[in-house]
Amino acid sequence: MSKKTAVQIDDLTVAYNYKPVLWDIDLEIPEGVLMAIVGPNGAGKSTLIKSVLGILKPIAGSVSIYGKSYEKQRSLVAYVPQKGSVDWDFPTTALDVVMMGTYGSLGWVKRPRQKEKKAALEALEQVGMLPFKNRQISQLSGGQQQRIFLARALVQDASIYFMDEPFQGVDATTEIAIINILKALRKANKTVIVVHHDLQTVPEYFDWVTFLNVKKIATGPVKDIFNDDNLTKTYGINYKVSIQK
Amino acid sequence: MDLLEYIELVINDYTLRTITLGTAILGAVTGMLGSFAVLRKQSLLGDAISHAALPGIALAFLLTGAKESNTLLLGALISGLIGTFWIRGIITKTHLKSDTALGLILSLFFGFGILLLTFIQKQPNANQAGLDKYLFGQAATLVESDVWLMAIVTGLCLIVLLLFWKEFKILLFDKDYANTLGFNTKTIDILITSFIVLAIVLGLQTVGVVLMSAMLLAPAAAARQWTNSLSMMVFLAALFGAFSGVFGTAISATQNNLSTGPVIVIVASVFVIFSFIFSPNRGLLFRQIRFIKNRRDLELHKTLSFMFNIAKTHENISHPHTIKILNNFQGYTKGTLKKLVDKNYVTLNGNMWSLTQEGFETASNLYNQQLKKDE
Repeated sequence: MSKKTAVQIDDLTVAYNYKPVLWDIDLEIPEGVLMAIVGPNGAGKSTLIKSVLGILKPIAGSVSIYGKSYEKQRSLVAYVPQKGSVDWDFPTTALDVVMMGTYGSLGWVKRPRQKEKKAALEALEQVGMLPFKNRQISQLSGGQQQRIFLARALVQDASIYFMDEPFQGVDATTEIAIINILKALRKANKTVIVVHHDLQTVPEYFDWVTFLNVKKIATGPVKDIFNDDNLTKTYGINYKVSIQK
Repeated sequence: MDLLEYIELVINDYTLRTITLGTAILGAVTGMLGSFAVLRKQSLLGDAISHAALPGIALAFLLTGAKESNTLLLGALISGLIGTFWIRGIITKTHLKSDTALGLILSLFFGFGILLLTFIQKQPNANQAGLDKYLFGQAATLVESDVWLMAIVTGLCLIVLLLFWKEFKILLFDKDYANTLGFNTKTIDILITSFIVLAIVLGLQTVGVVLMSAMLLAPAAAARQWTNSLSMMVFLAALFGAFSGVFGTAISATQNNLSTGPVIVIVASVFVIFSFIFSPNRGLLFRQIRFIKNRRDLELHKTLSFMFNIAKTHENISHPHTIKILNNFQGYTKGTLKKLVDKNYVTLNGNMWSLTQEGFETASNLYNQQLKKDE
């Protein structure tokens, strides 16, 4: 592979109690791919992302972002958590949430100013949410909330984006809007890693895929490895999807 | 006693002035900090902390033999902090939910505190009387130095809030995300929790262990009803808290010396009830009014579109029809017809109705308009 490696994961093992959720994961994600992580419920997909981002502490293993530790490369990485992980009745506006994406580069104590606000407005525009900038977040639809989260990550202007089920519970319009943004990111040579549930759309949306079920089953280009064999190994049943190649 | 006389009394009377200032400052700082507790869904944290402070007060007395309030409050602070960090420990180390952890620590510490208090009461020592004032609070024992201490802590709290506003906000809204941005959420969390403990401990002398959590929750719950902005909520909560203190003191001072702490809490609860009912967006009253109005509008629109469907079968849209056919339609009442006439959508002629040009256009655009509104 001539491409640079964006994310390198070595021997990653994570356990919540006694049972490992992730077992000895080795994974190399090349720069500029749009990658889906697929696997059944409880396969450790979200856990993988959270461990890379340092939200969870792994038992063993290491993660490097462009060859250096995540702590040093934080500014290169953006995160879109699951929509359901926050309280949307929080008293704040759409613009305010997107502004949070600038907090990291601001660092402690410094307040966001005109420059940060401008960046946030641009990100809102990008996801088609500019008309809703002053809307209280509880009054947004599920799809709109997801777009706000995406805009917040876009503001970070990162090189690598981790997204936890960005398509969950959104309507078709939002799904198309989101995938177009992801494809635009890939075009700009950004690396996008997405926890994804809908196997049918994998070949259409993604060019790279990782099969995960506690252990890594396979990783590589969708056209080479997205086949019944790997799906069966991952999901444990004889999975047949008609895949247009 | 009228209002002016009372204000004059507050200015001139040392005790009343001290209590009024003290309760106002206390209300403001607990209101501010309470907003954070409420938004983190840690409403009961205040209750647990205040109860956890009780054994500290008793132990401080047993160890020093002094009844000086600062010493006792230091004891309260220490045991309050221990209780708080035990709660955190239980939540992170076991699978127990936070309400269980809060309940456990609350009852354990409070039980131990009461045990110590009864032990102290049995001691042959004349100095012991009065420790139980910390149970329900006794504002009358406030002295100027207590108020100064409250003012200093409130000032500090304000500075910290202003400095770390964005950090607090992001911690409250999305802790994991804050972590990925490089903020040490544990530090922010400890900072804010420590201030909550400090504020509660300062209030024990005035409001007491049992009622203290209301000072934290009531102003914040009331403030949430009026605004959708975090800064406004914190500001309003401080304001409501301060007013609860001032009004509560006034009522207790003028009405035969009712116990101040409980009166303050009741005043704060009145703020809550008032806000629940009368706040414009979230309040029950206006919600109900909006609900009824929406229903009426919908009924009106349905009737209009029913008429529209009849009218459009004729070439001349203003062709008159008999009112009787409207009786087939469920949403129709005489009132809706009158309203349609008032809006100039329909004209009546005897027992015949006809759509106006305006009514016809409105009706044909009705569904499109609703789509636009939904967007």
